[in-house]
Amino acid sequence: MWQPLPDIGGLIYMSRIQDALTGKKTFIGFVTAGDPSLEKTEEFVLEMERAGAGLIELGIPFSDPIAEGPVIQDANLRALSAGCTTDKIFDMVKRLRQKTQIPLVFLAYLNTLFKYGYEKFCSKCEEVGIDGLIIPDMPFEEKGELAPVAAAHQMDVISLIAPTSRQRIQIIAKEAAGFIYIVSSLGVTGVRSEITTDIGSIVEAIREVTQVPTAVGFGINTPEQVNQYTRLADGAIVGSGIVKIVAQYGEAAGPEIYKYVSRMVKGLATD
Amino acid sequence: MSNGRFGIHGGQYIPETLMNEIHKLEESYEYYKNNKEFQEELAELLRDYAGRPSLLYYAEKMTKDLGGAKIYFKREDLNHTGSHKINNVLGQALLAKKMGKTRIIAETGAGQHGVATATAAALLGLECEIFMGKEDTVRQALNVYRMELLGAKVHPVESGTMTLKDAVNECMREWTSRVDDTLYVLGSVMGPHPFPTIVRDFQSVISREARAQILEKEGKLPDVVMACVGGGSNSMGMFYEFIGDEQVQLIGCEAAGHGVDTDKTAATMAVGTEGVFHGMKSYFCQDEYGQIAPVYSISAGLDYPGVGPEHAYLKDIGRAEYVPVTDEEAVNAFEYIAREEGIIAAIESSHAVAHLMKLAPTMRKDQIIICCLSGRGDKDVAAIARYRGIDLHE
Repeated sequence: MWQPLPDIGGLIYMSRIQDALTGKKTFIGFVTAGDPSLEKTEEFVLEMERAGAGLIELGIPFSDPIAEGPVIQDANLRALSAGCTTDKIFDMVKRLRQKTQIPLVFLAYLNTLFKYGYEKFCSKCEEVGIDGLIIPDMPFEEKGELAPVAAAHQMDVISLIAPTSRQRIQIIAKEAAGFIYIVSSLGVTGVRSEITTDIGSIVEAIREVTQVPTAVGFGINTPEQVNQYTRLADGAIVGSGIVKIVAQYGEAAGPEIYKYVSRMVKGLATD
Repeated sequence: MSNGRFGIHGGQYIPETLMNEIHKLEESYEYYKNNKEFQEELAELLRDYAGRPSLLYYAEKMTKDLGGAKIYFKREDLNHTGSHKINNVLGQALLAKKMGKTRIIAETGAGQHGVATATAAALLGLECEIFMGKEDTVRQALNVYRMELLGAKVHPVESGTMTLKDAVNECMREWTSRVDDTLYVLGSVMGPHPFPTIVRDFQSVISREARAQILEKEGKLPDVVMACVGGGSNSMGMFYEFIGDEQVQLIGCEAAGHGVDTDKTAATMAVGTEGVFHGMKSYFCQDEYGQIAPVYSISAGLDYPGVGPEHAYLKDIGRAEYVPVTDEEAVNAFEYIAREEGIIAAIESSHAVAHLMKLAPTMRKDQIIICCLSGRGDKDVAAIARYRGIDLHE
């Protein structure tokens, strides 16, 4: 979904994702779609928006999520056991889009898209109103098979940059779309008490080559961490912290998610 | 970097966190594979420690009993640690050392690769951690203890189906959390490039020897070369030097479990479809949405929902043929080769023997089959007894 930039007469377009991360600091919330049910996923997204989230990541559950820690692994299994499928998720997003215009991105493993068919998947995303894709097992070198298809359907493929990326940072950033997902730590997703990566210098290296917004994820679970990272980057992504609440409260997680996200949003840097 | 494609298969579908490390591995491997000193060191380990070359054994009794082609077995079961796994592990552990790594990690199903990795780590003075599905640690408790004896730490994996594919998942997760001092010693011709190539190269010693041995014994090439296929390392090793010999038929035998028409199967070539998983594009057992299927085989070593990308390519171009073999057929073959030749072969290798028993009688007496006995079957005795209704535990 692309919107005209009013001040330049609509000649250059800014995606809904970039719009959400430009000129303000943004909280990005993640839930696994279908955990515990797709009806609840809809509710959780709306609660996060109400609490001040500016962008939502929806995880498409996968049998073998190799980039996830135990919290999100379990959520994937819960969603799959509850009968969640890619098609049912598309239907849910379609319903959700009648209630909100918040930017939505899918986090999916490449096999989900490959098996569905890249063209069919991306055209379905465009139809229901998905704005971007995060594919944790598709590095820069392998994006060629998906990126042109996604672009033809106005879908931003979000690039990931890790603490180990070093000389790859600028190569990746130069071709980035939507926003750049900075992975804060080595390893898999999950709450961490301490993050030692020098996010500041990663952002600096990115800024030398692109103005595409940045967001930091992996391990963030406190408003203080949100504050620390949104001083450096444009957004902070929280996944496991929210999914833990779903694991604990199940169907009744909505109000708890609202409370949690409200608290985290207060941490956003103000400058 | 080449991205390591075999036709459309292969590639490097892994998290960004691992990309620099995997490029480093590729560069190091490219360097050491042509390094004389490295190759001499490895050859010495293979000869003086692993016991290579392995024998090419003429199975005279089986040949007579089956009444067709002449049958030869490539005896990888006689290697140190009892399987072909040691060939690859010595190569990769030595590479790890050259790269300055102090720790190696590996997945294991039945425990063969885990035991081999723990062995190489002990020999070369590397720290070693093995990831093994919790189900498999129960089924193969003896191998867990064996790895611990060798100084390795064994992590039972409790995620997913708690079997081999989950052990691979956990190894990848572990590697992303600790890349600097650690090399993931992958056990088969699978995973992201350069692993399928590295493992194939280290295993190709099987066919390099076998080709020279058969030429010496028979003065001609074999008509058929066959091996069992899970991920596909012993078969790729057994096939590799014969790929250019177009008259040699290559046959891979995969685990059909209860049968390819049931959901209790691991026959990826028969029932799998193209997908992207564990870092590679290849064939996988999966559902219509790309969820990886739980697979089943009596053999924990073949109980894997995918197959190496080079095998997928050999199938696509018609250079190799892949046939499914059921549990029942494999157990019959396990018992047959024990009785007939006095060899207790691994249940994995027995899948190849089962197909050999069907194929040999259809061939002429002047034709030759070489079948890879990838491992010894001591580890399987209790399970086979239970399969036959005898209450035997290790």
